[in-house]
Amino acid sequence: MENNKSWNANDRRFKIANREALIGVGLAIFNFIWWYSFAYGLGSKPVEEYTYVFGLPAWFFYSCVVGLLVVIILVIIIVKFFLVEVSFDDDDSDEKDGRGRP
Amino acid sequence: MNPTVLISLFVFIAIIFIVGLWSSRNVNRKESTFLQEYFLGSRELGGFILAMTMVATYGSASSFLGGPGAAYTQGLGWVLLAMSQVATGYFVLLILGKKFAIMARRYDAITLTDFLRKRYNSKAVVILSAISIIIFLFSAMTAQWVGGAWLIESLTGLSYTSALFVFAIAVLIYVIIGGFRAVVITDTIQGVVMVVGTLIILVGTIIAGGGISNIMNDLVTENPNLITPFGHDGGLTPAYVSSFWILVGVGVVALPQVAVRAMSYKNAKAMHRSLIVGTIVVGFIMLGMHLIGVFARPILPGIEVADQVMPLITLEVLPPWLAGIVLAAPLAAIMSTVDSLLLLVSSAVVKDVYLNYVKPDATMRRVKQVSFGVTAVLGVLVFGLALSPPDLLIWLNLFAFGGLEAAFIWPLIFGLYWQRANKSGALASMVAGVASYILIHNFWPHPFGMHSVVLPVVLSFFAFVIGTYVTDRSRGKQQASF
Repeated sequence: MENNKSWNANDRRFKIANREALIGVGLAIFNFIWWYSFAYGLGSKPVEEYTYVFGLPAWFFYSCVVGLLVVIILVIIIVKFFLVEVSFDDDDSDEKDGRGRP
Repeated sequence: MNPTVLISLFVFIAIIFIVGLWSSRNVNRKESTFLQEYFLGSRELGGFILAMTMVATYGSASSFLGGPGAAYTQGLGWVLLAMSQVATGYFVLLILGKKFAIMARRYDAITLTDFLRKRYNSKAVVILSAISIIIFLFSAMTAQWVGGAWLIESLTGLSYTSALFVFAIAVLIYVIIGGFRAVVITDTIQGVVMVVGTLIILVGTIIAGGGISNIMNDLVTENPNLITPFGHDGGLTPAYVSSFWILVGVGVVALPQVAVRAMSYKNAKAMHRSLIVGTIVVGFIMLGMHLIGVFARPILPGIEVADQVMPLITLEVLPPWLAGIVLAAPLAAIMSTVDSLLLLVSSAVVKDVYLNYVKPDATMRRVKQVSFGVTAVLGVLVFGLALSPPDLLIWLNLFAFGGLEAAFIWPLIFGLYWQRANKSGALASMVAGVASYILIHNFWPHPFGMHSVVLPVVLSFFAFVIGTYVTDRSRGKQQASF
């Protein structure tokens, strides 16, 4: 399948796509670190020393409940401010390429 | 058996039929793009539907039956493990993202194998991937049918064979008539049922247990380990739990049933909306479902079969009419998984094998007949296997996720983001991934305390890079044709 556009360099949409994939990797790493450090940082103590938030052990509350809320907020921020709308079809890509840059 | 449960079950199946018939009108109307429509819904999914179909396909029986059961046994440590799945909500769409959407359209790809075929131009890659899909997903599907029939059996009191029959008829007619579009629309209904069901059961369970603090006290009294991150006997080590981030978190990008959805959406707006909706929904369902499993322990102590925790707690804490409606959700989850797997396996046979190598010049009419025929034959085959499931299939089902990830993750990711990636790298990676996964799974189950999927994913990475560089040097710079 021959195509005039070269792989990466000339299609601005691919630069956008690459950047967004890196954002995804970054978010997953952040998510993992948050999840891991609260769970094993606070959860490795003896059970008698546990503190509780809303009835749940603090390690669980911060790692899983707050962690989920933080990730949801980050996803919303990323979608609203960092993702760019592009066309997926090759035909009209030039026409739509110029718009939507943050 | 409680008649209320039966009524909601049949109402639910009736709704599915109506949706299937309604969406099938699209398949008949757009004769020229039958393949695109039947297997991909003409790439027209909106954001909300995309999010729901991703969650429902992935969520399946494991989260509604197996997951809460494991949480019941292991305590909060299993909820922690399950939360690694939140990553799927955003990771799949951000990683495959716009690049995959653009390339899939450019290649006119309908399946993951289509994409790999056009990207690497290699018969071996195509055949290897079609075989992996057919074997792994066929087995995964059979085990899901067993689960679905078991659930109908426990809800209605029918015998296993009759229950399997009811389940099979419903699934088959539905998939054959409706295709991808019908499947994703029911996925959406089922996703909503799952979210609302989770919320209702969670609140009901907390009330029945006398509040969260009370439940935690009961758990500590029974076994303090239940509220630690380490499982009921301290067996959930940080390394093991963390390795689930690969198996059920980020590795999910490489599952064909998930990847195919990432090429089916309409535009960037749909993808953006789906990122938000998907993350919220998958996070809420995973947290809620598994917490229900843990909270159920003091209320219903001593359940022997862990998979029964969810139905039993629902019947315990909710009034019968509400329990009947909510219990439609696990059935919904299993059905939607089966529907999409069936469609995927039949697309692997029709599109990847039949159209590529058997009869490339088949007419549209012929392709349509073959698609329906293959889907029906596959359904009958699965039914036959599910009647008396061999042990091997159950084993293959557990194995299917890891195997598919080890096979596809790097050919897909490098295929998208590394220009020099070539077919030798892809082949080396698939062979190394699948072979090492089979070996490690059988002979060295938890290398370094991690799940057996981790090492094969690492090995197939290096196999890809080495395979690409070695052939790149000897044959000069390969000019790819994309």
